[in-house]
Amino acid sequence: MGLNFDLTEEQAAIAKLAREFADEVVAPGAGQRDKTGEFPLELVKQMGKLGFFGIPFSEAYGGMGGDTVSYALAVEEISRADASLGITLAAHCSIGMGPVYYFGTEEQKQKWLPAAARGESLASFGLTEPGAGSDSAGTRTTAVRAGDHYVINGSKSFITNAYYCRYIVCTAVTAPGKGHKGISALIVPNPTEGFSIGPAYEKMGLHASDTRPLYFDNVHVPAENLLGSEGEGFRQFMVTLDGGRISIGAMAVGIAQAALDAALKYAKERVQFGQSISKFQAIQFKLADMAMEVEMARMMVLKAAWLKDQGRPFTREGAMAKLFASEAATRAANQAIQIHGGSGYMEDFPVSRFWRDAKLTEIGEGTSEIQRIVIAKQLGC
Amino acid sequence: MEILVLLKQTFDTEAKITVKDGHVVDDDVTLVINPYDEYAVEEALKLREAQGGAVTVVSVGTDRVEEALRRALAMGADEAVLVEAPAGADELTVAHALAEWASAKQWDIVLAGNVSVDSGAGQVALRFAEVLGLPHVAAALKLEVGDGKAVVHRDAEGDTEVLEVTLPTLVTAQQGLNEPRYPSVPGIMKAKRKTIARVTPAAPVAAATVVQSVFQAQQNRRNTMIKGSPAEQAQQLVQLLRGEAKVV
Repeated sequence: MGLNFDLTEEQAAIAKLAREFADEVVAPGAGQRDKTGEFPLELVKQMGKLGFFGIPFSEAYGGMGGDTVSYALAVEEISRADASLGITLAAHCSIGMGPVYYFGTEEQKQKWLPAAARGESLASFGLTEPGAGSDSAGTRTTAVRAGDHYVINGSKSFITNAYYCRYIVCTAVTAPGKGHKGISALIVPNPTEGFSIGPAYEKMGLHASDTRPLYFDNVHVPAENLLGSEGEGFRQFMVTLDGGRISIGAMAVGIAQAALDAALKYAKERVQFGQSISKFQAIQFKLADMAMEVEMARMMVLKAAWLKDQGRPFTREGAMAKLFASEAATRAANQAIQIHGGSGYMEDFPVSRFWRDAKLTEIGEGTSEIQRIVIAKQLGC
Repeated sequence: MEILVLLKQTFDTEAKITVKDGHVVDDDVTLVINPYDEYAVEEALKLREAQGGAVTVVSVGTDRVEEALRRALAMGADEAVLVEAPAGADELTVAHALAEWASAKQWDIVLAGNVSVDSGAGQVALRFAEVLGLPHVAAALKLEVGDGKAVVHRDAEGDTEVLEVTLPTLVTAQQGLNEPRYPSVPGIMKAKRKTIARVTPAAPVAAATVVQSVFQAQQNRRNTMIKGSPAEQAQQLVQLLRGEAKVV
């Protein structure tokens, strides 16, 4: 069959479930959680029971046997109501479970994935360090083989879901001086002696998501917790981040849609000069641009997800989708504030939250600058 | 316990209704399980969870009804049956078509919505019970089943009536009976793999009613501005309410 934009029945059903759950259960408390920064553990449990945390994983590992398209649609809908919960879901699936799912042995998958897929516990991913982010080769955390164990020392920064994770997959240098090729990935159970989780960061947005630093002080993990072979960590994490970009793109589409919905509603209600401001072309042009960009971003995210489901390369499309969707989300939130005028600058309306939340999508899981480098490399530069 | 749920697919309650050439247009409309029938599905699932057995959902309609049946399966129903709608069906035809199929099996309890939110006739479930000779209780707010009988708290125009009825029986659900669950993702994936049985009524019963015309409801809002001092305005208002609107 040629080009066809229809969702399958189950993709549509999962999107509908996510939409209803987002509108009825997630949205009502989102503004309040943004103020208090309270992590919605009850919502996470409820979502776990409904199967949200295992959508794109095989039933053999406790997953739902769904696809990346369904997963992206779910992340979009949840993020539309509350991007904090959206990133909790996205980080858990794409980069927390992803590395074990793609690179783990059968034993590792059976041990770590089922509880995570059911949302009974969360999974984290540790790459960023005080001295390593875009430049992963700057990793300073070390893992030294000692008999049947590795001993890990170092620290990680900005780790999503850290406090609630049962395990974290993190990178560490196992062969110093070899750059990327000396980096390996290890599964660190939580709790483990010597492994500590720092206090939550005070963030600009995404207040109800959990983000913390991690510290490793002579942390012993069994050698069987190594993911794949030594030296493969960098490549494994780059592949994982390729997939993660689809979910951050989906999250951005959700925020952009929320900004458009709020701006359109306000523009129709707000009367100035004797008519609703939606009758003025200055406002109409903003809304038209926002709607166009939401549509384009969604198409790109779903195309990347579809390519992934087909088992085809999607590095270029995933980077483009994430880059465009995240910048579109920030633009949409920015214009939504402008359309709201003074009210938009007040916290009584949700649009400033959208703007603060959207900004992260331009930074997390590869900055916009890194995405442009990835795309340029794919072009053959 | 064998539990049967009669289910109808209706317009989403927020859907815009358009009439064209004497028919309601449903091309671009989101269709859902009739909300009252969703209470019936939820109650059936709760009964099964408490007492074991199986939940079968059945609906009369076209191919599109599969979506509503799949949702009931995704919520947790065990089996779904689609009875093809005989041409020109009315409530009598539908009740007989359902009864013809259902009579082949023994049911302990049949649940349905009190009324559908589209045509709102409230006929099918009760007619179905009559055809099969089952006792029925309408508008349940609470249902307790045990020892071969059901105790039903029913909404009697705002009061609550408590009835005891022997099984098998048919009970219709009123708003307030329960809070329907969301279909889960594994439920959706499982529902995908299930086959929805198709049935064609062998001896359809002709409709007893004929729709003469279908037209878009017109809302005529007329505003009358009353002028004068507050005292004069009040006097005029009372006159209008008494003389024209005849409400006081």
